[in-house]
Amino acid sequence: MNNTKTSPGLLVKFGKNWVVFFLIVLCVLFSFIGKGFFANNTINNILLSSSPALLLAVGETFVIVSGGIDLSIGFVRGMVAVISAIVMRDLYAMGYSAFLSILAGIVIGLLAGLLPGLLSGMLIAKFKVPPFIATLGMYGISNGIAYGLCSGFPIINVPQEAGRLGNGHIHYYFSGLGFSLFNRPPGMLDSQLRNLVRIFPNSILISGLIITVFGYILARTRFGQHTYAIGGNIDAARRAGINVDWHLVKIYVISSFFAALSGVLSVLIFSNGSHTQFSASLELFAVAAVVIGGASLSGGKGSIRGSFLGVLILSVLEVGFLMAGIFAFYRYIAVGSILVLAVIIEQTFPELIYD
Amino acid sequence: MSDENIRKSSGINREWPVLIGKSWIYLFLLGEIVVFSYYGTGFFSAKNFQNVMVNSITIMLLAAGEIFVIISGGIDLSVGFVMGFASVMSAKMMVTFYTLGWNQNLAILMGILIALLIGFLPGLLNGFLVTKMRVPPFIATFGMYGIAYGFSEIISYNVPITKLPPGVGAFGNGYLLYYLPGKLLNWFSQPVGLARAEIRELVPVIPNIFVISLLIIFIFGFILSRTRFGQHTYAIGGNIDAARRAGINVDRHLMKVYMVSSLFASLGGIMYVLRFVNGRADAGSARMLDSVVAVVIGGASLYGGTGSMVGSIIGTFIIAILETGMVNLGIPTFNKYIYVGTILIVAVLIDQLFPELVRRGD
Amino acid sequence: MIEERKPILEVKNIVKRFGGLVAVNGVSMEVYPGEVVGLLGDNGAGKSTLIKVVSGVYHQDEGQVFFKGQEVKINNPMDAINLGIETIYQDLALAENLNVYSNIFLGREKLKKALGCIDVLDHKYMLTESKKVLDRLGIEIPSLKNRIKMLSGGQRQSVAISRSIFWNAKFLIMDEPTAALGVAEQRKVLDLVRTLSAQGVAVIIISHQLYDVFQVAHRLVILRRGEKVGELMTRETNPDEVVSLIVGAELVENSKK
Ligand SMILES: Nc1ncnc2c1ncn2[C@@H]1O[C@H](COP(=O)(O)OP(=O)(O)O)[C@@H](O)[C@H]1O
Ligand SMILES: [Mg+2]
Repeated sequence: MNNTKTSPGLLVKFGKNWVVFFLIVLCVLFSFIGKGFFANNTINNILLSSSPALLLAVGETFVIVSGGIDLSIGFVRGMVAVISAIVMRDLYAMGYSAFLSILAGIVIGLLAGLLPGLLSGMLIAKFKVPPFIATLGMYGISNGIAYGLCSGFPIINVPQEAGRLGNGHIHYYFSGLGFSLFNRPPGMLDSQLRNLVRIFPNSILISGLIITVFGYILARTRFGQHTYAIGGNIDAARRAGINVDWHLVKIYVISSFFAALSGVLSVLIFSNGSHTQFSASLELFAVAAVVIGGASLSGGKGSIRGSFLGVLILSVLEVGFLMAGIFAFYRYIAVGSILVLAVIIEQTFPELIYD
Repeated sequence: MSDENIRKSSGINREWPVLIGKSWIYLFLLGEIVVFSYYGTGFFSAKNFQNVMVNSITIMLLAAGEIFVIISGGIDLSVGFVMGFASVMSAKMMVTFYTLGWNQNLAILMGILIALLIGFLPGLLNGFLVTKMRVPPFIATFGMYGIAYGFSEIISYNVPITKLPPGVGAFGNGYLLYYLPGKLLNWFSQPVGLARAEIRELVPVIPNIFVISLLIIFIFGFILSRTRFGQHTYAIGGNIDAARRAGINVDRHLMKVYMVSSLFASLGGIMYVLRFVNGRADAGSARMLDSVVAVVIGGASLYGGTGSMVGSIIGTFIIAILETGMVNLGIPTFNKYIYVGTILIVAVLIDQLFPELVRRGD
Repeated sequence: MIEERKPILEVKNIVKRFGGLVAVNGVSMEVYPGEVVGLLGDNGAGKSTLIKVVSGVYHQDEGQVFFKGQEVKINNPMDAINLGIETIYQDLALAENLNVYSNIFLGREKLKKALGCIDVLDHKYMLTESKKVLDRLGIEIPSLKNRIKMLSGGQRQSVAISRSIFWNAKFLIMDEPTAALGVAEQRKVLDLVRTLSAQGVAVIIISHQLYDVFQVAHRLVILRRGEKVGELMTRETNPDEVVSLIVGAELVENSKK
């Protein structure tokens, strides 16, 4: 009697956490194949390489939970990167201080990034355009704008301080000089740079904070609750008096905001604003991460925690491939396959997925 | 009786908008040609229109496959990268066989055949995922988009595949007919032994690859509008349960539909190789959106059940002429993306707001 | 005259349970060729469940189904259709984007040879044949080239019925066929049921409107809480008697006291 009860329970428990197990398996696998997988540097690398995907995935989580999809975020990110880099470069060239130029670049970039979401949200909510079409249209439009502004070349000559901000770390450790916060230990020579231990990138701190806030919003607040309700049954949500249209507009603005944030951060990290046709593959990664994280494409299910795990899996895969000397483009095959697989698992064993 | 009267009287007010709604794409196309001819230089010329033909090939092929999928109620987001995959695959095969010492025509033919054969696979897999695994079409094909892209980069090692046999370009950039005014007419190849002045006067008529593409599209247009296969595609898009109850093997049919789409994407890749004499992973990356837009402009509803091949061809020309015309006027082409995205949204809006205006099905 | 012939459909002791709930409990009934049987009962009495067993949507837990004297196993809707048992659904049956005759021929399109070797759709044949069956059933539709989308609810139902008749359905099941229709359209559908019956087609009709059923049915079968509580010839009964059976005689007597 007892036996029959525990065994399906175990299976469900395993199923619900398959992402975690998969992540562990991947880590173990790569620590065998590649050397130094567990080094501090590698972990920083994983965190760093996951930061753009993570931001995009958080925005996408809101959209997917509400029952939609946003295919425009890769190009919105590129567009914002170009816009904010241009603002920084031009203001700086006009003689404004680096601080002011960077600040203006960030603010204008973020504001410009809200527009695509506002537009697709309106189209979806007010005019009942299917989400993947509205955002596919926005994909074309933001691609065109970005491409027009940069002609396919990265925008350079942004103030140097931008890079320092984006590439800074919270802690530095240098043997002999000890720990320091935010800045390199004073009195260090450039030749000693190689031995400097950097701990926890700034960009991760910023992303982490914002993501925590939005994770809280999705999980704990009425806004989050309504998002789940709309994704679960939009008519019921409407009848319950939720202003569904307005809520959906907000959701797509959130998604766009995260794309913009990731664009701005990319300028701070790489000291340039770059946009290529392959910016579009970023939404593949974001959608894949969200779905791996247990979200249902029919809406109503998903969590920031799950998406976070999804992004980690993809980043571990990327860094692991790199360290194992596997040609980088296998990543696309892996991601495409995992995306499809995750949906199949969700379709076939709905009871196994997070609820 | 009274019912009919109401319909008739309201028909009077409705007739004009409906007529315009039904033929707006032709008017729009005409308008485009008029505007670009007026403002552009040498836009309204045989040479330029042949240019438009060549430029339209990729979109037209991708759209010809996409129309089947969209009418059946799905969407195929993978076509751009499946096209890249086919271009890389066929170029690689051509190079391999050619360096093995094969006759170049044979090497080219083998490259084309192998790419076509393998070109079915992504569609087969998409169809399998959509029908048997119940994966939503835009996700199954989105996954395939990543997979196809990954494979093409791996095959090409992230650089375009070049050093193809010389015959590739000769055929791919050749014309059906060469005409020397008042003197001679030659089929398929440039006549030999002409003086330089004569070569300059030579008028090439209709690009080879355009003819081939159009021929294949014509056959599939026929299949779509005249045969049982086409009829079932419409039925499935209109009401999948009704189609099932009528005894149509819906799963098998959809599988074929996705294979048609990926076959056309592969044809697109092959035509790319013939024209540009190289194969590259991103050959069609920017064209997926164009093809969906061409189909939607052509009157297909993204909810399935309506659309036509002729419409998609007109939609293709609307985009291709926009592109060529903008180059002619010196407008940077990036604007095209903005227009195309906007047209997509506007077309779907019209479909939503005035459904009776856009039923240009058959 | 009907009673002398053999039943076309016979169900014996059908039981269908949903978990602990017995939706249909040991119901037996038969239907003769050309006969219209009204299936009556309150909400949840088990009418839909019973006919879904016959049309292959559900499989019975106990009991047997005989069609034309032979026991049959109906495992899915296609099995039922292949036997000649058609169910008219409100919305499931037609592709709205196709025209009338394409729907009548859906899945069984008539083909002809073009250029001597290519199979193409034979629109002319399908149009004329469809017209014939519609005329035979007295159905008026402005043009058979109209898409279903442009037709009214009653016209759609007529098309669905013509479709099944064209393909030789001998047995029609109609679950609430008039529920979504206007008054004039309801009358047309009832006329159609009479025409079908006169042409030898057997019909089971479920309806909440007693008046409708009394107009067309020869015989009435009444279910209550999954059990058959009455079977009456229409001309030998009256609405009061039927209502008391539907709600339970005790109840009616109680309220009289
Ligand atoms: N699929 C099902 N699952 C569980 N219970 C059902 C199902 N279908 C019907 N029932 C139950 O069986 C009973 C009979 O239902 P139904 O045959 O639809 O009644 P009727 O058509 O006479 O109104 C009801 O109590 C109903 O709730
Ligand atoms: Mg019922």
